[in-house]
Amino acid sequence: MNKFTSLLRKPITGTIIAILMGFLCAAVILACAGYNPIHALSAMLQGIFGRPKYMANIIVKATPIILTGCSVAFAYKMGLFNIGAEGQYIFGALAACLTGITVNLSPWLEIPLILLAGMAAGALYGALAGWLKAKFNIHEVISGIMLNWIAMYFSNFITGMEAFHKPNTSGTFPINVSGFTTFFPNWKATEEAAQFMKDNPFLGDILRTDFNAGIIIAIALVLLSSYILYKTSKGYQLRAVGSNRYAAEFAGIDVKKNIIETMMFAGLLAGASGALAIMGNNPHAVLEIAAFEGNGLNGLSVAFIANGSPIGCIFSGLLFGGLLYGGQSLQYVVGAPTEIVNIMVGTIVFFVALKDIIPVIADKMEHRAATKKLVDQKEGASS
Amino acid sequence: MEHNTKPVNAVEMNGIVKVFGNRPVLDQVNLEVEKGSVHAILGENGAGKSTLMNILYGLYQPDGGTIKINGQQVEMKNPSTAIATGIGMVHQHFMLVDVFTVAENIILGQETTKGGAFLDMDKAKQDVLALIEKYGLDVDPDAKIEDISVGMQQRVEILKALYRGADILILDEPTAVLTPQEIDELINIIHNLVNDGKTILIITHKLDEIKKSADKCTIIRRGQYIDTVSVKDVSQSDLADMMVGHQVNLKVAKTLMNPKHVIFEVDDLHARDVRGVEVLKGLSFKIRSGEIYGIAGIDGNGQKELLEAITNMIHVQGGTIKINGKEIQNTTTWNTITSGIASIHEDREKRGLIPDFSVEDNFVLETYMKNPFSIKGLMKQKAISDFAKKQVQEYDIRPNGCEKDLIRGLSGGNQQKVIIAREIANNPDLLIAMQPTRGLDVGAIENIHKTLLDQRDKGKAVLLISLELDEVMNVADTIGVIYDGKIVKEMPQDQATEHEIGLLMAGGSANE
Repeated sequence: MNKFTSLLRKPITGTIIAILMGFLCAAVILACAGYNPIHALSAMLQGIFGRPKYMANIIVKATPIILTGCSVAFAYKMGLFNIGAEGQYIFGALAACLTGITVNLSPWLEIPLILLAGMAAGALYGALAGWLKAKFNIHEVISGIMLNWIAMYFSNFITGMEAFHKPNTSGTFPINVSGFTTFFPNWKATEEAAQFMKDNPFLGDILRTDFNAGIIIAIALVLLSSYILYKTSKGYQLRAVGSNRYAAEFAGIDVKKNIIETMMFAGLLAGASGALAIMGNNPHAVLEIAAFEGNGLNGLSVAFIANGSPIGCIFSGLLFGGLLYGGQSLQYVVGAPTEIVNIMVGTIVFFVALKDIIPVIADKMEHRAATKKLVDQKEGASS
Repeated sequence: MEHNTKPVNAVEMNGIVKVFGNRPVLDQVNLEVEKGSVHAILGENGAGKSTLMNILYGLYQPDGGTIKINGQQVEMKNPSTAIATGIGMVHQHFMLVDVFTVAENIILGQETTKGGAFLDMDKAKQDVLALIEKYGLDVDPDAKIEDISVGMQQRVEILKALYRGADILILDEPTAVLTPQEIDELINIIHNLVNDGKTILIITHKLDEIKKSADKCTIIRRGQYIDTVSVKDVSQSDLADMMVGHQVNLKVAKTLMNPKHVIFEVDDLHARDVRGVEVLKGLSFKIRSGEIYGIAGIDGNGQKELLEAITNMIHVQGGTIKINGKEIQNTTTWNTITSGIASIHEDREKRGLIPDFSVEDNFVLETYMKNPFSIKGLMKQKAISDFAKKQVQEYDIRPNGCEKDLIRGLSGGNQQKVIIAREIANNPDLLIAMQPTRGLDVGAIENIHKTLLDQRDKGKAVLLISLELDEVMNVADTIGVIYDGKIVKEMPQDQATEHEIGLLMAGGSANE
């Protein structure tokens, strides 16, 4: 009993149950819609693990949302809800793109420079929301949503400017090839490369995708975030404010300064996400958009499924990316609508939100056992 | 306890068991209350006395045992059942609507109507007035709650219960918020109620009030039923021993103070509260090295703002606050701390602790950025653990070896010990303790008072702000009475009488 309840109490248990519930719910809906759920879900798993190419694509899809997820998780440790990650992502992507178009250095300088530009833009945009909160007590969710729209239309405005707009497309010029994080971008276009890819089907399959070094940078930034949070005095301060700002204030910690700094770092992560997307993915340019791409907003779900842990975001980001990508096979293999995937993600998030109920259930079970024992003892003693 | 042929008991609780989580808080507790008597339930904090009463009032369901009201077995499913069987409860924290009048509050939920839907306020007011006169409860039915004193609010709560037809009235720590004069009035009211045949149950840990008001007393210790005694047959120290389980010192043993130079000085302080109303109106006092200065007063006379002004949580509009000659008003909280002032806030959980941090991490809340706890911005967990381990041992914080546990799991007394250990580790010149023993049991209170005295004897200054007059009278060397944002009178402890301070606290003067 005790072993079982302590297993129930582990945070990861709730997340796993939530994910299983997500699949179960999707299966039920598929069955109701007249599809064979086992067939459909196996098609989906096939679409995730079936070929090296699929997995490479999933990693490419997951890279930005791992970082925006980490951005949301980091801010959440301080009690802030960074819904503005979308806007910070857009600003990061825009700044990265403009830098990549105008500057052309060797890759060793170009890539860090573009990354820095994206991070700086995201950080400033995040700091703006933090400043509004610290100075005027404007809730970061409200300002975040507004700033997201401003970012989107500002990005569209810049994209349409003659200096950057590539004729006959809906976007800017691509950045200089020296800023690509895809592996061997120049070599890939050669005859020799084509021959190599034919001879090595496994590597070739991966090389034909946008698979890029972004994931390494993303993981490094996630590890850095986790290190800052748990190993530095700055992180201690930040977690103290997030956990109980009143006690932190009474202990002499400057809460307002911490709000701005946290939003700045969260923005930096989201901005890095935008920069990595520009450097890693075709068409390596900012496109004019009519609605949010959702890389920032999906970060909310990623952080949530990761239970607010930066490192957890790596796994939940991959899960999320896998579901989005594998979900496409639902459509062309069994003909089921891809919206099923959104239902699944929604269900998972829903059950993750509900997972606090599991320790309560464990308490109830222990309570019942303890009461029974006490009553039995007394009855035994009195009879 | 044997049963003679006396009338049926108003309340009989038998073998009550209650388990929270896997921890039994009540283990086979019995309670028999004679009709028309005043019965006190005595126990330390966490002994289970409030839980027992909440079970009687239907707020909690017992996990075992039976309840009989006037000889009839009743299953208390919820407070409505309790009210229907004639039980009323006045909670420690009043449940009144501030902007409603007294009469409106009393009838809330039991409105008299005419024509089925329209409020009959005249009829309601008549009923309320009849109750007020019958029991000598001095309240104006038309006054708004926000305009009347805490003592009056309590009477409104009592009226509320009576209006709902209560014959058995439970009072949860009724004197915690009252002045000595108001306590006397309350005891009168209780006697009036009993003369009318009502039964009163009082939850308390104040021994002198039991002696003054109760007929019988049931003692509970750590969820166990200890005894039921006739109050007139026992002394206060008998009661204390039964409550705690060992001999306790009711008086703080202390030597005379040996004050030297002035360490801390507040001069003509003016400050506003959150609503912008001036609550500190020219407050001044001085504390010398080796002196405990106690501020006595009723809640809401500026104590909270005084602490906030000293700790720079709020800005002041005028006056100075000086520590060792250095002015610190209108700077930052950090500046207050580094100038040598350590504070224990009355709201332990909100202002004193990070509940979701471990005990050891809570120990470094003000020193985490200093060597050896962090070096070049990196936390040194080993140094923090070592420090915490030492403190846990020195201050006897229990359970032993709790350094890695979340602090929220510790009892209130042990949490408070962590805070005090942390603040004293800063080696402050001035230690401010606001309500440092609130909600703690006798053992922990003794311990904390001793720590304050140690600090004094080391030649430091101590400022004790407390709503418990006993505490100020016992611990402080010099007593200042705060009323309406000013220190209205200051006196050495040995010249102070409870009566005089009580009057000053309520805005009267000793010459009246």
